[in-house]
Amino acid sequence: MAEMWINMGPQHPMTHGLWNLRVKVDGETILDAEPVIGYLHRGWEKMTENRVYPQIIPMSDRLCYGSSMTWSHLYCMTIENLMGVEVPERAEYIRVIVLELQRIASHLMWLAAFGTDLGLLTVFVYCMRERELFLDLLQSVTGARMTYNYPRIGGVRNDLPPDFGRDCLRTLDHFEKKLDEYEEIFDGSAIFLMRTQDIGILKAADGMNLGVTGATLRGSGVKIDLRKHDPYSVYHELDWDLCTHPDCDCYARYRVRMDEMRMSCQIVRDALKKIPAGPIRVKVPRNAPKRTAFARVEDPRGEGLMYVIGDGTDKPYRLKVRSPIFVTVSAVPIMLIGYKIADVPAIMGSVDMCLGETDR
Amino acid sequence: MDLYQFTEGIVSWLVGIVNWILNWVGFHGLAGWLGSPDIIKFLTLLGESIVLLAIGFIVAITMIWQERKTLGRLMDRRGAMVVGPAGYFQNIADGLKTLLKEYIIPEKADKTAYNWAPVIMIGSSILLLVAIPLSGRFYMSDLNAGLLFIFAVFSITPFAILMGGWASNNKYSLIGGMRSAAQLISYEIPLLLSMVGVVLLSGSLNIGDIVNAQAESTWFIIPQLIGFIIFMVAIVAEVERIPFDLPEAEAELVEGWWTEYGGMRFGLLMLAEYFRGYAGAAVAVLLFLGGWSGPFLPPEIWFLIKVFIVFFILIWLRGSLMRVRVDQILNIGWKRLLPLAMVNLVIAVVFKTLGWF
Repeated sequence: MAEMWINMGPQHPMTHGLWNLRVKVDGETILDAEPVIGYLHRGWEKMTENRVYPQIIPMSDRLCYGSSMTWSHLYCMTIENLMGVEVPERAEYIRVIVLELQRIASHLMWLAAFGTDLGLLTVFVYCMRERELFLDLLQSVTGARMTYNYPRIGGVRNDLPPDFGRDCLRTLDHFEKKLDEYEEIFDGSAIFLMRTQDIGILKAADGMNLGVTGATLRGSGVKIDLRKHDPYSVYHELDWDLCTHPDCDCYARYRVRMDEMRMSCQIVRDALKKIPAGPIRVKVPRNAPKRTAFARVEDPRGEGLMYVIGDGTDKPYRLKVRSPIFVTVSAVPIMLIGYKIADVPAIMGSVDMCLGETDR
Repeated sequence: MDLYQFTEGIVSWLVGIVNWILNWVGFHGLAGWLGSPDIIKFLTLLGESIVLLAIGFIVAITMIWQERKTLGRLMDRRGAMVVGPAGYFQNIADGLKTLLKEYIIPEKADKTAYNWAPVIMIGSSILLLVAIPLSGRFYMSDLNAGLLFIFAVFSITPFAILMGGWASNNKYSLIGGMRSAAQLISYEIPLLLSMVGVVLLSGSLNIGDIVNAQAESTWFIIPQLIGFIIFMVAIVAEVERIPFDLPEAEAELVEGWWTEYGGMRFGLLMLAEYFRGYAGAAVAVLLFLGGWSGPFLPPEIWFLIKVFIVFFILIWLRGSLMRVRVDQILNIGWKRLLPLAMVNLVIAVVFKTLGWF
């Protein structure tokens, strides 16, 4: 067969959102790949310049439909750095708990999509079923299921509901059993191993040079996790380890995310044990000082960063978002070239694309 | 009473009524021509094919329903449950929906080939039903080489798929068609080889003889277990279901070679897929699971029960396995199944030489 370009997207089952992957194929082998993004561009950064600081919190929820809590938390943290606000310790603990619950929910959605990409619809339904429990937990805290609008500049909106600890522990116990089941479904399947091992190799050096972060880079054996290396909130007080895998392939990335879900369970348990009493929110000034600030967090997909310039008014002069997937997408050609068309869903599924934050 | 006598009775009765009317009106010559044995035989064969098609259609619809319900339960949901008893009529509702849809032909498609590909597909799938008996008395034609006929018709399909994939003028369709051709051709060989063991043991290519041979000795799944496993793997590939549904791998190829087909053409292709699923499961039952033999119930019922059990295995595979890659599927076919089929053949020869069958 002659060489030809295939457009996978913007409307394609593999894409998980609106983006276009152009691949040049010779028969079934990929010779070249070119990601095209920008279909979901909403002018988010520009929109923030016309809004007062608290108004941007619900907007930052809309950055990623998979893990909106991380982004509103990141935004609040950036503005707290800008204004020099100290957040009460209880609020930090609550933030860590909801963040980790959000991480599990996000990873579950990734696992569901990953199973579907490989042709197993059963896992999709199973994972969505378990994600429901975590959404219920988050709903009991925040009142919403997808875009929470929960963190506030200088704390969180409301305290944990009564009995939250009990419900949370019960869900985690149930979930850890189910996680064993999923590992059986995936790792016990020879076809899954055939489809993921030695596929989509991303060497650690390539990953670091291209700015890849998060589980994708940890799957290449690099020990980097901002929760460990640039601890924000109260992660340094909690007992947990970062998860890496040395294989550099799709299987390694899958493994890292599965381990992270367990680790998140451990973090939540530990945080629930150590959570102190006290206030959950402090007063913050309305206007920001004339200076710049930034904050970065470990999003479920990689390193998220926000950079803000305050100009003395109640609106940001400039708010810049560094999205993990926007950077990771530049490593897609390296991961794809040389493999088969059938590997495209497996490789792109292991990256966990989220277009809301990529195109902003 | 077999299918022929049954249909002949109905046809004679209908012709009798028509003849009475014709005689009453005064067309005596026409009535005599209609009552002649040749015409009665022709009408009987026509009636037989209608009965078989209706049975095939009902079985296919039931299989879709079975798949929906079983897959739903495997996935911890309920499947179709609103239309009709336990959602049974959902498929008929879906069929009506596809009938009502606009039929779009891509502008740059090769229209002749594009229109004929589903016709060949559904036609060859229905042709399969001719050679598949429901029991020793309920069959359309008792071919001497019935098994050979079934597999010959089975292998028409890659032609239709390749044609449809090419004519759609779509890159996904083209790749899907190519994959399909490669897959079907390479799985035909282990499929036929696994069948040869059974043919050796029973000493016949006639399906009735094979079933009778099993009734006399034992089900061929016992001496030919490896053959049965190879047959099942190969038949999954032949009817293009997960884990071997590469030609319509929806994650990478959207819907493979079906991508450009819409409306009732799509519905017919879907139906053809289940006809083929029925044919595959039926052949597995006939060759390995004793065909229609079984106590108490009528043989036709036994046959259908076994077919649905075999089809359940296919659904189970779909609910628990992922899709393999195109180079891996060919590796499995040529490097694993083919040597295994040879081993199976040797086992059959040994059993035959020892005189156990």
